[in-house]
Amino acid sequence: MSAAAPAAGLHDCREAYVRAIAELAAEDDRIVAVVNDSVGSSKLGAFRDRFPTRLINVGIAEQNMVGVGAGLANGGKIPFVSGAACFLTARAMEQIKVDCAYSQANVKLCGISSGVAYGELGATHHSIEDIAWLRAIDKLTIIVPSDPWETAAAIKAAAAWDGPVFLRISRMPVPDIARTAGAAFVIGRAETLRSGDDVAIVATGTLVHRAIAAAEALAAEGVSARVINMATVAPIDTDALAAAAATGAIVTAEEGLATGGLGGAVAEYCARNHPVPMQMIGFPGFLPTGSADWLMENFGLTAHGIAAAARDVIARKR
Amino acid sequence: MRVEHVRAKANWMRRRLLRMIVDAGQGHPGGDLSATDIVASLYFDTLRIDPLSPNAPGRDRFVLSKGHCTGALYTALAGAGFFPEADLDTYLKPNSRLNGHPNRTYLPGVETNTGPLGHGLPVAVGIAVAGQIDAAGYRVFVVTGDGELQEGSMWEAAMFAGHRGLGNLTVIVDRNRLQQGARTEDTNALEPLVDKWRAFGWDVFEIDGHDVAALLTAFDDAALPRSRPRVLIANTVKGQGVSFMRDQASWHHGVPSAAQYAQAIAELEAEQAK
Repeated sequence: MSAAAPAAGLHDCREAYVRAIAELAAEDDRIVAVVNDSVGSSKLGAFRDRFPTRLINVGIAEQNMVGVGAGLANGGKIPFVSGAACFLTARAMEQIKVDCAYSQANVKLCGISSGVAYGELGATHHSIEDIAWLRAIDKLTIIVPSDPWETAAAIKAAAAWDGPVFLRISRMPVPDIARTAGAAFVIGRAETLRSGDDVAIVATGTLVHRAIAAAEALAAEGVSARVINMATVAPIDTDALAAAAATGAIVTAEEGLATGGLGGAVAEYCARNHPVPMQMIGFPGFLPTGSADWLMENFGLTAHGIAAAARDVIARKR
Repeated sequence: MRVEHVRAKANWMRRRLLRMIVDAGQGHPGGDLSATDIVASLYFDTLRIDPLSPNAPGRDRFVLSKGHCTGALYTALAGAGFFPEADLDTYLKPNSRLNGHPNRTYLPGVETNTGPLGHGLPVAVGIAVAGQIDAAGYRVFVVTGDGELQEGSMWEAAMFAGHRGLGNLTVIVDRNRLQQGARTEDTNALEPLVDKWRAFGWDVFEIDGHDVAALLTAFDDAALPRSRPRVLIANTVKGQGVSFMRDQASWHHGVPSAAQYAQAIAELEAEQAK
């Protein structure tokens, strides 16, 4: 599928992903890429040209792709197994569970064009269930980067991490997130992008910049919103969640199912430890026909939607 | 000499795995016994492995794709020195390292966790691809069930192995012709099985899976360098070695009574004494 280049100031995170993999591969010959005929959609053409023996294309066969990834790890490689998130996860779920997580194979699974990036192609091609599904698998790290910098940092952190990792790579155009100098990506550690004590917005992936915009709108109304970038959804940063719960109201936001994913993870933590009013921004299920932008807008995955949810949970505070 | 050595080990494996199953009160004796001669030939002759260095990068790999046949695998690993034989007494007991299906995070010598059918071959293909990229000298051996070949992932992997020309890969199909509930050919027929593998780009050989001399020769013949993957369709008998278990689907996961166990051991000891 061809897509127009992102508008000025916005980025397709696949670019950062392929750059990071190429940089790693140049330094470490254990790095290989495994794809399911997805060289184009994963933007790995340049990688294949530069490292022809290290691009393993199994064809349209996702179960075999993930099994081969686990085998390459057994053979001493660090495989980045990349395919459209919808097929990589759903089609090969048992291979992810058994060959990667249960076997603790050193495989890096990259779900490309996650969420609703495929827009009009419909629910078969949306990958909104992936976080909920994968979060149920023990000993599988799940990372959902928010922008190009974090995507590259997460890829490098995953390569250095001994064990299976799922990276949810977006193609939805996103701006660079403003960060303080010296910001570092650490697997399992959330990033507090904005402090605040009236409400906490816990966001991941493409919803992070929208959460910041929501917090800015709320600030204009005198509402102080904490913004947490929960890039690592599993294992989740419970210290950050404790700080979020301390505000007394939480909104979660993700480009995925509102329940079961990040929202579910945060709700589980709060129900057990610190119940507070919550709202979950995300999708309800199979979605109607529409572009990615329209779907995000129509289902309230916007700064406006997050801010409205924040006002709601604040009103419900005791 | 090699043959006698392997045959004695196989006889010991059969007796030992039956004791495990009787002690645990469950297991998969039929498929264990059909695969025993194949697994024994690999572990006690062919594989270049070192139990003191189970993760050595250059080791040969063995993947039990039919992961339920842990009786054959665990006795072989214990017999080869990967863990103490006494651990076999813990089979299936709480917190045992010897789960009903093999787990590499519990036990040295297990390359990948299997159990659901259709997983071992794709992983083995990945190991073989790594060896191909590195021009490493190791070989990869896989034992699959025949019923397991009804899983689509096996043919995804077979197609890719043929495409890549994985000469370091040898698959042994434990062709006992029985799956859990019935004959393979009455369930979802596999034949013509030789033609299927050949069409996927493999060198195919039919062999008696209980003829240790033939197995060793076939494994020797698979020595590198080769440019195509090789599959041995090993004709076997489910329950081989115990008269009343032979070719009976009911012994897929049956457990012998005390009297049946005594008879089985007597038969195996008589075979050993020959």
